[in-house]
Amino acid sequence: MSYVTKSPWVIHYDGSSCNGCDIEVLACLTPMYDVERFGIINTGNPKHADVFLVTGSVNEQNKAVVKQIYDQMPDPKVVVAVGICANNGGIFKECYNILGGVDTVIPVDVYVPGCAARPEAIIDGVVKGLGVLQEKRNAMESGGSAAISAPEPTANTEKEEA
Amino acid sequence: MGKRTIIPFGPQHPVLPEPIHLDLVIEDETVVEAIPSIGFIHRGLEKLVEKKEYTEMVYVIERICGICSFGHGWGYCAAVEGAMDVKIPERAEYLRTIWHEMSRIHSHLLWLGLLADAFGFESLFMHCWRVRETVLDLLEKTTGGRVIFSVCKVGGVRKDIDNETMKEIVDTLNGLKKEIKELTDVFLEDRSVKNRLCGVGVLSKEEAIELGTVGPMARASGLRQDMRLEDSHGIYEQLDFEPVIAEEGDSYARCKVRIGEIFQSIELIEKAAFKIPDGPISVEVKGNVEGECVTRLEQPRGEAYYYAKGAGTKFLERMRVRTPTNQNIPALVKTLQGCDLADVPMLVLTIDPCISCTER
Amino acid sequence: MSVRSNIVPVAASDLLPKVRELKSEGYRLGQICATKVSEGFEILYSFDKDHELLNLKLTVAEEEEVQSITADFWSAFIYENEMHDLFGVKIKHIALDYGGHFFKVAQPTPWNPKK
Repeated sequence: MSYVTKSPWVIHYDGSSCNGCDIEVLACLTPMYDVERFGIINTGNPKHADVFLVTGSVNEQNKAVVKQIYDQMPDPKVVVAVGICANNGGIFKECYNILGGVDTVIPVDVYVPGCAARPEAIIDGVVKGLGVLQEKRNAMESGGSAAISAPEPTANTEKEEA
Repeated sequence: MGKRTIIPFGPQHPVLPEPIHLDLVIEDETVVEAIPSIGFIHRGLEKLVEKKEYTEMVYVIERICGICSFGHGWGYCAAVEGAMDVKIPERAEYLRTIWHEMSRIHSHLLWLGLLADAFGFESLFMHCWRVRETVLDLLEKTTGGRVIFSVCKVGGVRKDIDNETMKEIVDTLNGLKKEIKELTDVFLEDRSVKNRLCGVGVLSKEEAIELGTVGPMARASGLRQDMRLEDSHGIYEQLDFEPVIAEEGDSYARCKVRIGEIFQSIELIEKAAFKIPDGPISVEVKGNVEGECVTRLEQPRGEAYYYAKGAGTKFLERMRVRTPTNQNIPALVKTLQGCDLADVPMLVLTIDPCISCTER
Repeated sequence: MSVRSNIVPVAASDLLPKVRELKSEGYRLGQICATKVSEGFEILYSFDKDHELLNLKLTVAEEEEVQSITADFWSAFIYENEMHDLFGVKIKHIALDYGGHFFKVAQPTPWNPKK
């Protein structure tokens, strides 16, 4: 974990999740799991954030909200989709108001599987995201765009099925 | 008299773990009116009954909400069992009761933590959630899941709790009492906490009836209303259940009622563990749902309403879930009128909102 | 856990008087929900008093307008707006009418899609 030299701040948005993953995201912050030991702080302001944690899938009404939070975050930034609903819609995939995973709206860097995703898995995902963040930072410093390493929004990137 | 301004609050807001949007009409620092708008996490899962068989639908219904997931599974199964006239074994009813009360303990601890966070007491938030983890460990040990349990099925439950584990549950919960007491004393005795809670967001008994308020919110306004009193299977009656009630109707009373319920649930589990009969944990269910049934269940947040209607096929015709938060939003709108802008986040929390329940 | 359905049918013209009567007797509104059936909609109004549940079932044709009960039970606005947005039930005189913007859904009235 030698690449965790900075203190990355995360922002969390509940897409249309059942609360399960959200509560687990919050549980990560509490003494049992304590992500603050990696210097990770939960912020409410997108402009302070490096990592965007999205739980739940995207629907018609929150599409714009997710997009806006993403756009407000400064580069380099990493998106972590937490839970199977954020990955591809999960059990709610066939619901009439569900568009699909978060990657239908914004590019996703790390997919965390599970229903609900366990705190250990979320921490693992965020720490993995920090690696991606560093890569993007390096790319920016060498003159490239941060967007290069982020995959384009597609429905079928490699991910685990729950 | 100041100028009227509208402040949009949410859906993404630092104090809200879930998206709800309120248009707050304020005059100086006082809220005159609050107009809620929801729908940010509407999935439309009730309509999945047309695609999932009634036995599979339990998994969808459980995922209405990750906090009261067990209760939703129970309510749905009971509605289907009612429509099919299935009688489940008593041991299964007891097991459901035990898991449900454990969910209540973890839900109320979670709420206390979020409330502490809303009035700016972060270390208290951390402590409440630390204690909650112990309850989650028990749930994980007995069901296999921390959040979604999938132990309820139409016709009973999937897993049994053996005597040794039952004893462990009772011992662990009793051991937690001291720690929970230390925490809850802060909520009930600390002067600065009381300053934030006492007399804030008062809802009178008459208003509570008029607005159809349910759950701890109603009981904090002096209503003796709890679906556990109306237990058709009589389990709660055997456990000598009597709801926790407060009269003041303010945020402090809501806090007091929920704290009382944590200790009450521990006692209920202890009594249930003592009284649970031996026997099978499920019955075989054959055939399809024909007819309709309404069941109501006391969730941690209040009365939840389940309606199942089937026309003799393996798919239900209609499944309706009305969750407690849905019913408490009018009361929230009412208590927000006349409050200080700075109290809004805390008042939103005192109804213990569960938006993913509300919007399904 | 209460499993007592107690569902009684009610005619559209009797709805408001009946609701007013329940209100004066001290009932609270439990919920309102719609079901799409072949002849139109079935609307279930649930009331509760001292843990006694009473469900009124109103059956209306699809184009028929339903009176809002928000004059007696203000909290009904949530359910009436929901029925309007998800089913397309026509309801008049809602106290707080969102005009179809309560639930923002990808397709209008998903429970009763227009061909």
